[in-house]
Amino acid sequence: MPVPPSHILVFSLLLFAVGVLGVLTRRNAIVILMSIELMMNSANINFIMFGQRLHAMSGQVFSIFTIAVAAGEVAVGLAIVLALFRNRDTIHVDEVHIMKG
Amino acid sequence: MEPAAVIFYILASIALLSAVMVIAGRNVVHSAIYLVLTFLCVAAVYILLRAEFVAAVQVLVYAGGIMVLFLFVIMLVNLKDLGAPGVRVHATVSGVLGASAIGLILYLYGRTPLVADAPMQAVQLRPEGGNLQAIGVALYSDFLLPFEIASVLLLVAMIGAIVLARQKY
Repeated sequence: MPVPPSHILVFSLLLFAVGVLGVLTRRNAIVILMSIELMMNSANINFIMFGQRLHAMSGQVFSIFTIAVAAGEVAVGLAIVLALFRNRDTIHVDEVHIMKG
Repeated sequence: MEPAAVIFYILASIALLSAVMVIAGRNVVHSAIYLVLTFLCVAAVYILLRAEFVAAVQVLVYAGGIMVLFLFVIMLVNLKDLGAPGVRVHATVSGVLGASAIGLILYLYGRTPLVADAPMQAVQLRPEGGNLQAIGVALYSDFLLPFEIASVLLLVAMIGAIVLARQKY
């Protein structure tokens, strides 16, 4: 690809930053999970870019593993959101502070 | 500038804009739709990086499976408006800190580029039979154990999700 690698790095950095901002600022549990997905995507972009750069196949293989882990994480996370909604009738994470000291 | 570079910059800006819309919108369904757009743009970037199989997996797993899961849960929890919480101190502080951290990283990058910044030439990562065969060979030889562990992980996640989402437990 005729693009400098650092531009791809900056793209993935900005995507990661948007994800971090979403996790830190939003209080809706579903949106927080979506922001985590954004961060995983930016990590995948880095994996593939460096794999291409270093002529190694492991970048793409690792990004496939990342996608598998993300699928499992979303399934469990959304099940937790469902259980939370059943028990507390909210998915607003600020209102769930039963374990706060 | 070459066409592929132009396409990359367009895709990157669409992906970033829709990512911002994911976290900025008030309606969660809109966030989910913008998240699909982001995933599709990232998949197109993968194709530009000559990772066609990962792009296909991205479209199938992320834009297909994970988004259906998200939409199901959004419908199931029957969102009331969470109410605009007004200006929150934590959010403001973390936003300012995060923005300054990004600024610092970009500044450092401007001083010392992380990698030698020659445009990447079109590398052929395909011995024969294309990208898919290369990935398959790597997955079933060097990465056999992680591959099996990933399958166990998916099984555990499936059972865990079923147990957590059951009506009574």
